[in-house]
Amino acid sequence: METLQPVLAAHPFFQNLEPEYLSLITGCASNVKFDAGTYLFREGEEAHHFYLIRQGKVGLEIFIPELGPVKVQTAGEGELVGWSWLVPPYEWHFDGQALELTRAIALDAKCLRSKCEEDHDLGYQLLKRFISILEQRLQATRLQLLDLYGTRT
Amino acid sequence: MEPAPDVVAIATVPPMNPVPCRIARSGDETGDTFTLELEPPSESGFSFRPGQFNMIYVHGVGEVPISISGDPHRTDSIVHTTRMVGLVTWGMKKHRRGDFLGIRGPYGTPWPMDVAEGNDVVIVAGGIGLAPLRPAIYDILARRDRFGKLVLLYGTRGPSDILYVRQLEEWRARFDFDVHVTVDRAIGPWKGNVGVVTTLIPKVRVDPENTIAMVCGPEVMMRFVAMDLLKLGIPEEKIFVSMERNMKCGIGLCGHCQFGPHFVCRDGPVFSYAAVRRLLGIREI
Amino acid sequence: MSPGLAVHRLDATDLERLFHILAGEGYSVIGPMVREGTVIYDRIASSRDLPIGWIDEQTNGSYRLVKTDSPGFFGFSSIAQSWKKFLAPPSRRLFRSQRKNGNFEILREENVPERLAFLGVRPCDLRAIAILDTVHLNGPVVDPDYRARRNHALIIAVNCTKAGNTCFCVSMGSGPEAGAGFDLCLTELLRDGDHCFLVESGSPKGDMLVESLALSEATPEDRSAGREAVRKAAQSMGRALQTDGLAELLAASLSHRRWDEIGRRCLACANCTMVCPTCFCTTVEDGTDLTGTIAWRTKLWDSCFTSEFSYIHGGSVRQGITARYRQWMTHKLSSWVEQFGTFGCVGCGRCITWCPVGIDLTEEAAIFREQTSLHA
Repeated sequence: METLQPVLAAHPFFQNLEPEYLSLITGCASNVKFDAGTYLFREGEEAHHFYLIRQGKVGLEIFIPELGPVKVQTAGEGELVGWSWLVPPYEWHFDGQALELTRAIALDAKCLRSKCEEDHDLGYQLLKRFISILEQRLQATRLQLLDLYGTRT
Repeated sequence: MEPAPDVVAIATVPPMNPVPCRIARSGDETGDTFTLELEPPSESGFSFRPGQFNMIYVHGVGEVPISISGDPHRTDSIVHTTRMVGLVTWGMKKHRRGDFLGIRGPYGTPWPMDVAEGNDVVIVAGGIGLAPLRPAIYDILARRDRFGKLVLLYGTRGPSDILYVRQLEEWRARFDFDVHVTVDRAIGPWKGNVGVVTTLIPKVRVDPENTIAMVCGPEVMMRFVAMDLLKLGIPEEKIFVSMERNMKCGIGLCGHCQFGPHFVCRDGPVFSYAAVRRLLGIREI
Repeated sequence: MSPGLAVHRLDATDLERLFHILAGEGYSVIGPMVREGTVIYDRIASSRDLPIGWIDEQTNGSYRLVKTDSPGFFGFSSIAQSWKKFLAPPSRRLFRSQRKNGNFEILREENVPERLAFLGVRPCDLRAIAILDTVHLNGPVVDPDYRARRNHALIIAVNCTKAGNTCFCVSMGSGPEAGAGFDLCLTELLRDGDHCFLVESGSPKGDMLVESLALSEATPEDRSAGREAVRKAAQSMGRALQTDGLAELLAASLSHRRWDEIGRRCLACANCTMVCPTCFCTTVEDGTDLTGTIAWRTKLWDSCFTSEFSYIHGGSVRQGITARYRQWMTHKLSSWVEQFGTFGCVGCGRCITWCPVGIDLTEEAAIFREQTSLHA
């Protein structure tokens, strides 16, 4: 059977990751598909997975009673959704909805966590990649906070 | 960058006297922005270069600099998109079709359209910043084969703040124009991107050494965008930004628009990032 | 007194004749006079209107006039006002317009400036006029109002034979002896029982005046006395400003902590910009009659020390006084060089004298030089 390793290797998140680690990770990967409008996960649920998006678009939403669902971020092809699986208590903080037909690789959280515990070098490689994404998200969030385009009063 | 001799200006003697121009059309873009189309004062028409601005006078109220957002290949109209933020822009909005506003211009340095030929072009706009970039887009599309890839990254606060929606849809339908729109936050049925405009930059696929970037938006946004464009590998002298400062005269005489050694009205508004990078990092300059 | 140039002699008692000749040529004379405890520039009709015997004592934040027994006309140094008041007046109407059915029309106005003779233009102020010329006449757009006033002005310079305590024209290369740019240049000489002016012409208009005055040539003794008097003034300069590399040094010091220190003292009163002979910034003000039919725009002196100066929708770029002082000082001594090819400072010392808290830009520049190493 063909493995997902070449698919993982092609995703920007795993760019230049050594093949031995890739094959370890591949063991935790599965192909998933979400129709437009369906949810990848819901706030408060256990974060079983994180997702490398191959195609489509996922929106992160939070529900505000008087406003309804507010989208705070979208992720598309080549991007990644989810880091709740990394941090206890491993629960989703947002709803993740497929805004269009979305194909992704799901990475099993428990599987990855145990592999990282066994092999800290793998854990370090993964964390470095996550930190870089977290930094980008934090910078973007700071810019978002500045609310640049509104009329200042 | 000298203005081309073919530019038909509404320049007057004395140079601060506005020339009345008739409003041919006025329409809302978003809740707080609107577009005016004015008729040139004479049959010789009006021409300008993408990125330039006019001073617009409302009788008895005041005068403000507003970027030109029309098609530079058309000389029969003067188009401005602006936001209602002060007395003069409110006054402009109150004027109807058939009324007259005072115009003088065009002033300022243009986007580097000639330099951009043969290059990929990345246009990054934030909010109302799309207005001064639209003429550059018109110009490139009018002679599309002379440029490489064309990418527009456009960010606004929310879906209802997006300017030129129908035009964006038309542009996105083209096979030779890569259009990406994102909003800072979305409430309701928005299916597009959510995230600040910088989040679109890593996805841009251009030949960075041979790319011209044109950036317009709030100053802080331009700083962050420029940093991310540098990360893509676009050299700082190929990134251009459009600066904003208080302007009273538009012709380099009143001193208000100074930005370090630059008079924004005369040496700008369009500057290469290389020329202003250091100043942009200094507070209250 | 350039060697080789013709130098004439005018007895002090004959100064009055200059007034008659100027009046005959259609000039109104603007010159120094004492009013309310200070010397000002205004219309004067006679040499008797000049501040005879008055000298000034100036230092940081202080200006006092003192009456002496001297018969000298020009014993004082820089005064608060400068000639920009006449070349680019504090308030100028740009236009009037009349509204008609949604349209408006700019009303025609004929403004023919008066012919003014500026009497007593100090060498530093002569340089200041040259700088104002560069700003208003040499850019891409000429200021027609300034050009008209300038073309109608006759300049009678007076060399300095005494330096004020806040003067530093030697550092700026603008004085105490007038360079080019005058029609006539006078040097006042007071020797035992002899009170006269040395007179040089710098233009055809000046030649005409020399001819009308029917002046005799100055003697070699007169000339050497004139040179000596100017040399003494140069030697007694109150302050100094080291200018080499200054523009670059300040441009590299925009985030220096020293600005905060100055900002704490500066009151943002704008005095320095009002008295500065080269500060040219203006704003515009709109007005209408009660029905809104007739509107007008007026150009007014403005100052980079106000918060409105840098206002763009939503707020001011320079919110703090620190940033406004930095804008002013770096404009005068740094960015001006890039913009116009010279410093925007002529060493007249007005900003030091008229600063209510006594900020001295020569002192501040020296501190920046001391604390900033360009090669760090």
